[in-house]
Amino acid sequence: MGGRSSRQQSRKQSSDVPAASLSELVVHLRENRTQLREEWVRRITEAQLLTAMSSDEIFAEATSVFDNYVEVLESGSVEALQAYARNLSERIIPRGVETHEVVGIVLLLRDVLARSLFAKYQGDFALLNHVLDAYEPAANRIANTVASSFVQERERIIRQQQEAIRELSTPVLQVRERLLILPIIGLIDPQRARQLTEQLLQGIRSNRAKVVVMDITGVPSIDANVANYLVQTVDAARLMGATLIVTGLSPEIAQTLVVIGVDLGKMETVGDLQGGIEKAERMLGYKVVLVEEDRP
Amino acid sequence: MGDDEKSVPIRADADIVIARQEGRALAAQLGFSSSAQIFIATAISEAARNIIQYAGSGEIVLDHIADGDHSGIVIIARDQGPGIKDVQRALEDGYSSSGGLGLGLPGIKRLMSEMHVKSTPGKGTTVIMKKWLD
Amino acid sequence: MQVPILKQGDYLIATIQSALTDADLLQLRDELAARVGQHRSLGVVVDVTVLDVIDSFSVRTLRAVVHMLKLRGAETVIAGIQPEVAFAMVQLGVTLESEATALDLEEGLIYLDQKTKGSSRHGRR
Repeated sequence: MGGRSSRQQSRKQSSDVPAASLSELVVHLRENRTQLREEWVRRITEAQLLTAMSSDEIFAEATSVFDNYVEVLESGSVEALQAYARNLSERIIPRGVETHEVVGIVLLLRDVLARSLFAKYQGDFALLNHVLDAYEPAANRIANTVASSFVQERERIIRQQQEAIRELSTPVLQVRERLLILPIIGLIDPQRARQLTEQLLQGIRSNRAKVVVMDITGVPSIDANVANYLVQTVDAARLMGATLIVTGLSPEIAQTLVVIGVDLGKMETVGDLQGGIEKAERMLGYKVVLVEEDRP
Repeated sequence: MGDDEKSVPIRADADIVIARQEGRALAAQLGFSSSAQIFIATAISEAARNIIQYAGSGEIVLDHIADGDHSGIVIIARDQGPGIKDVQRALEDGYSSSGGLGLGLPGIKRLMSEMHVKSTPGKGTTVIMKKWLD
Repeated sequence: MQVPILKQGDYLIATIQSALTDADLLQLRDELAARVGQHRSLGVVVDVTVLDVIDSFSVRTLRAVVHMLKLRGAETVIAGIQPEVAFAMVQLGVTLESEATALDLEEGLIYLDQKTKGSSRHGRR
């Protein structure tokens, strides 16, 4: 019980009671496990929470949550609970379960257990107080842990979905062996720039690309973000042994980039995509040969 | 929220590796992507290196932070070295000039979400770096 | 932590296997310099596939290795920088501009063939 009880001990005159209370508490909760769990599930249904789940599912999860809850009270460590809460969240979030429901059910459990303690210790008010002093901070920590884990998991899933959407909107094409073509369409803000660079570098590795032709014809506005993106991508690709050819730069855009401070000398550039692909092919040692048709 | 707080003393170059491995482990635990973990580890490596190079010794403190809906990691690089005379200047180096010159602070800043530097010449330096799970 | 250095014909291959301290890197530099002289190697591949952090010190040292070995007659290529590491490096502001880089060990050897023998025995045409 380590840290928890020593903190409580420093607040109390008698050092025995809190430690004993917590373990008594845990015993009581385990002994009454079945009926406490049923009471809890009844209250969840009554409050119309977790409507996205069937009653069998609710009961199964309620069992796990209950056991984890008691486990935290006993061990003082929330690690197992955190892991379980994240796992649970991962499963129920796609089902449409919301934050207020998760917080709601944990608070209901807290209440069901508290009332059970009241009932058991109502004869001895002083003892009840000690038991609650042991129970309350632990219960608060549990509620906090579950809620935070749920929210974190939710945020993670949302981020993942956003990534997936962004990735779909920028295909990396492999046209020839060792050559990748990346047409970029749309505005480049710092966040998209980061995602594009990541995608490109992963693409270089998985396609074993030696040359990447990146076409920016479809990028409407050339600013410091785009300039930074180009320079960083050229350098990063080079670190992986690949050459980046930037195409779609009109003389005006080239001028803008120079004004922003981009050293175009460090970059391979070609006016249009077609020209860029041809240059890439030459770099890779490909020659395009016209095949004569058989004469009849 | 001190559960995850970890302090790594920086006294020798081997400690730089320890600090960044701890940092990466904490970042992984907090849910950062592999890419973000590497950014964080790289920032820690640079900051720890500055400590050794300019102050001789110090510490790197790693912790979990939360701000309303956001959560993330905070790294504090602290030393009692000579301090930085002109913090503004140190933060201004251009992109290409920090390949080994100066403190690489702009680079560290780019790797993280935020960075704050407090330094008193003669007393020491504290660099606070945060990265949020956006 | 010793970095294993293998001799493969005219080349040496140094495969980094775990996070290196500064001292380890310097030791690698000196070891490679000695071996290149000893075997009269034409080329060296430094395989950094496993490194998850390449910071400013590592880059300075790698550059020094490349230049030192060049003085002893060997071409050096740094192979296997991973995507996220490459990204972190450019964010940090450190690059390898005049040093040769390759996707991995295989590409590194192809590069050395092209550079030192003007042809690629391993290459695809």
